[in-house]
Amino acid sequence: MSTSQRLRRQSTGSRQRTPYRLLLPIVGVAMGLAAASCGGDEGTADNRRLTVFAAASLTETFTELESAFEADHPGVDVVISFGSSSTLTQQIAAGAPADVVATADDTSMQVVADAQLLAADPVPFASNTMAVATPPGNPADVDSLSDLGSVDFVMCDPSAPCGTAAQRILSRLATTEPKPRSLEPDVNSVLAKVTLGEVDAGIVYVTDARAAGDDVDTVAIPAELNVVNAYYIAAVKGAPSPDVAADWISLVNSQAGQRMFQAAGFGPP
Amino acid sequence: MTTSGVVPPGRGSTLGGAPLRLTGPAVVALAFLGVPVVAVVLRAPWASLGERLTSSTAQEALRLSLTTTLLSTLLCLVFGVPLAWVLARADFRGRSAVRALVVLPLVLPPVVGGVALLLAFGRNGVLGRWLDAAFGVTVPFTPAAVVLAQTFVALPFLVISVEGALRASDERYDEAAATLGASRWLTFRRVTLPLAWPGIVSGAVLCWARALGEFGATITFAGSLPGTTRTLPPAIYVALQSEPDTAIALSLLLIVVSVTVLALLRERWLSGLSA
Repeated sequence: MSTSQRLRRQSTGSRQRTPYRLLLPIVGVAMGLAAASCGGDEGTADNRRLTVFAAASLTETFTELESAFEADHPGVDVVISFGSSSTLTQQIAAGAPADVVATADDTSMQVVADAQLLAADPVPFASNTMAVATPPGNPADVDSLSDLGSVDFVMCDPSAPCGTAAQRILSRLATTEPKPRSLEPDVNSVLAKVTLGEVDAGIVYVTDARAAGDDVDTVAIPAELNVVNAYYIAAVKGAPSPDVAADWISLVNSQAGQRMFQAAGFGPP
Repeated sequence: MTTSGVVPPGRGSTLGGAPLRLTGPAVVALAFLGVPVVAVVLRAPWASLGERLTSSTAQEALRLSLTTTLLSTLLCLVFGVPLAWVLARADFRGRSAVRALVVLPLVLPPVVGGVALLLAFGRNGVLGRWLDAAFGVTVPFTPAAVVLAQTFVALPFLVISVEGALRASDERYDEAAATLGASRWLTFRRVTLPLAWPGIVSGAVLCWARALGEFGATITFAGSLPGTTRTLPPAIYVALQSEPDTAIALSLLLIVVSVTVLALLRERWLSGLSA
């Protein structure tokens, strides 16, 4: 009896001490994480984050704009998530914390509009057309779109704007519609399969082929077969940094911004 | 039960009830795991469920997933059981290094596995280049690539499970068979294998379930083409962009399959843990 009481007292004592000792480092880490994330999110007025969701084909241009913007806005950290326009807009509709969204067509922008999450009407800011990219030296001798029927090629899935465009282009061919080896989630993964040499060709945006430089050769798609995609940008309703978001959109539409898009191969809006 | 001696009899009365400081976080953890699954069930398009699961998109993905996962499970059995035997029974230097290599795909992000497979078996890969030149065989973007990706991520499940079963079964039976004149191969077939059978079955089921869920390595190495390489997980990912209800219906299907696998494994799994 006395033994069991002593045991109980001992175990009670250790029960009171141990959880706190265990909790301390956990609480410390949690507080550290909270402090770190606060610093990035809100914190002081000149220490803020702008979250931009942008079509994969804007990777080079928006990354370039990011440095220019951050130089002009000290204390603002621009974070860009690149991906298929349709994936990004679905994420925003599901509550992803984006301040600005830029898509490669108006169909995917409509998803944000349908979710009542647009702060203002989307503005067109650039346009793009498609091209065929091949590994350097064009080992499979792809000269035209109809050659795609006899080689291994990939394109975007039709749920992404680059896939819709590629599908429309292929359907305009007089010959039997060439069948792709894979329908990739976004244009960057199409380009990756080409630069790795895993396929003979890929249907990408003209701007992607240009940005890839020596990593790919480009086969032009004639204008009568090609498709023009309009790019739209908009601020997201309820965004944490509406004023910074507005600044980003003006930079995209500014003369300097537009010159940069033209230099990258984009067409006028 | 090796642990039964440690647990004091009548522990409930001696230690008192479970403290709130432990049950509180435990309930939070349980809710965290349970709520997402319930959410899928709640949001599932019940009215159109049959129609969505029998749509051509779903059927193609389902058929492809079934055939590729059965093949990859078969590959895992054919090559994994011998590997498990080597790890459990053979004596050689560097066994821990071999085991580390076997376990690596368990902790490796699947997309990294996909990149690695591409660099090995891709058209310009270390082995793929040679395969292409010698036989004109290119692996990526084919159902074979799907099977390879699934085998890569699922093999550790089988090997670990079977190795555990082999270690748990008494090696003296093997020795008895040998003293009676059985060759090592005959001993393996007639003694070792039947003794380890429960572990092989549960390992194969786990391996199949892991193959069924494979996404990252598949989309990286095999691509995503309906009917050819787009298995259920990539089909769900793509469907979420264009027809979310189909994505939810297919997710529900995979949840049901997973729960069924757990139910099938339950007894074996629990006894395996306590052994």
